[in-house]
Amino acid sequence: MKTVSLIVNDKPYTATVQERTSLADFVRQDCLLTGTHVGCEHGMCGACTVLMDGDPVRSCLTLAVAAEGRSIRTVEGYDGDKAMTVLRRCFSEFHALQCGFCTPGMLATAYDIITRLPHADRAQIKYELSGNICRCTGYLGIVDAIEEALKRVHGR
Amino acid sequence: MKPAPLEYERPSDMADAIRLLGSSENAKLIAGGQSLGPMLNLRVATPDLLIDISRIKELHRIEDKADEITIGAGLRHADFEDGRVPSPVEGLFPRIAAGIAYRAVRNRGTVGGSLAHADPAADWPAVMIALGAILTVRGASGTRSVAVSELATGALETCLEQDEIIESIRIRRHGKKTKVGRYKVNKKPGDFAEAAAIVVSDLEAGETRLVISGGRIMPEILPRTAAVIAARMHGKTDDLESVVETELSSRELSSYEHGLFRASILRAAKEVLGG
Repeated sequence: MKTVSLIVNDKPYTATVQERTSLADFVRQDCLLTGTHVGCEHGMCGACTVLMDGDPVRSCLTLAVAAEGRSIRTVEGYDGDKAMTVLRRCFSEFHALQCGFCTPGMLATAYDIITRLPHADRAQIKYELSGNICRCTGYLGIVDAIEEALKRVHGR
Repeated sequence: MKPAPLEYERPSDMADAIRLLGSSENAKLIAGGQSLGPMLNLRVATPDLLIDISRIKELHRIEDKADEITIGAGLRHADFEDGRVPSPVEGLFPRIAAGIAYRAVRNRGTVGGSLAHADPAADWPAVMIALGAILTVRGASGTRSVAVSELATGALETCLEQDEIIESIRIRRHGKKTKVGRYKVNKKPGDFAEAAAIVVSDLEAGETRLVISGGRIMPEILPRTAAVIAARMHGKTDDLESVVETELSSRELSSYEHGLFRASILRAAKEVLGG
């Protein structure tokens, strides 16, 4: 067992965990933030994607103890963020979710696209989304939502 | 889908990391965790001790000299993608890195990890071999140099000793007119290669290298095809297709693999020859 301290959604958390505990299981079970979902547990599906120090990472492949001192942002942690507010609105308008299982990971990746790649076109959006799998929507609504969010966030 | 119980240590320097490696028969280094993580979760790997080297400063240095670039093994694929690592051939590093998995994986995965893991279908090993890269490896008895072409001894196997850590990668800065051709076959963006071919041709230095890799095929240099590509770059009319057939036939490929590798080589060669 090891004691780990990190920041989740701007709040400090300290817990004593098994060394093998993933960051995904830490935020879900120790922080009680169940918005982060666990899918494949080998990095392919993207459902577990969160931001660590501002960059998207796979929380299923990150040990909680390895995230010591880092700042984690889960889907619950964006209230007041202008870009995420626009993104959520667009996801709703363009039917970018059905069951919602992939959505927290999709939003993390989409947020990264909008903030890091302000000039992304449709082809690049699709390329950047290749690591997030959705079984419900067929992806078009998600691509449409991000395309529109880019326009609204960057004033086009 | 959860790892077996393990211990975890995070050394702050190389000496400490090497000491920890020596302290256990069943220790594994972990850097980005993007290759080892899935193996832990699937219990394909069950080390007693994980040694996290991701925050060791010596593994993140970059030395950019006129004739040679030295890259810390701990640099992430995203560092290469974003242009933070000087590329020995202009534009090559961002291009290769952008094709590795997905951004969330690239934010953590390291070049040293990719080389040490030695997955035949990975991107960096073949590219580093084509660049003639040389590793500095550090262990309990000191440092040594290992050519990347000598590193992998089989799929997921390297010549590294139990106590050794890849510290950095040295690459000759190639001539300004160096041409690269690369073709990777995969079913969706970011996937591992089913087949890939890379040609790096530095005519000023008189070096043209062709490396194939992908699927179950370990990175291999194809010297005869490389020589024909070089000849054609000098305006000769040596036949490319027949030398490709000859060099591929001596390996035991299925007809499907043969077709993929043949196409990859010809498309990479076409890019380099400006066709």
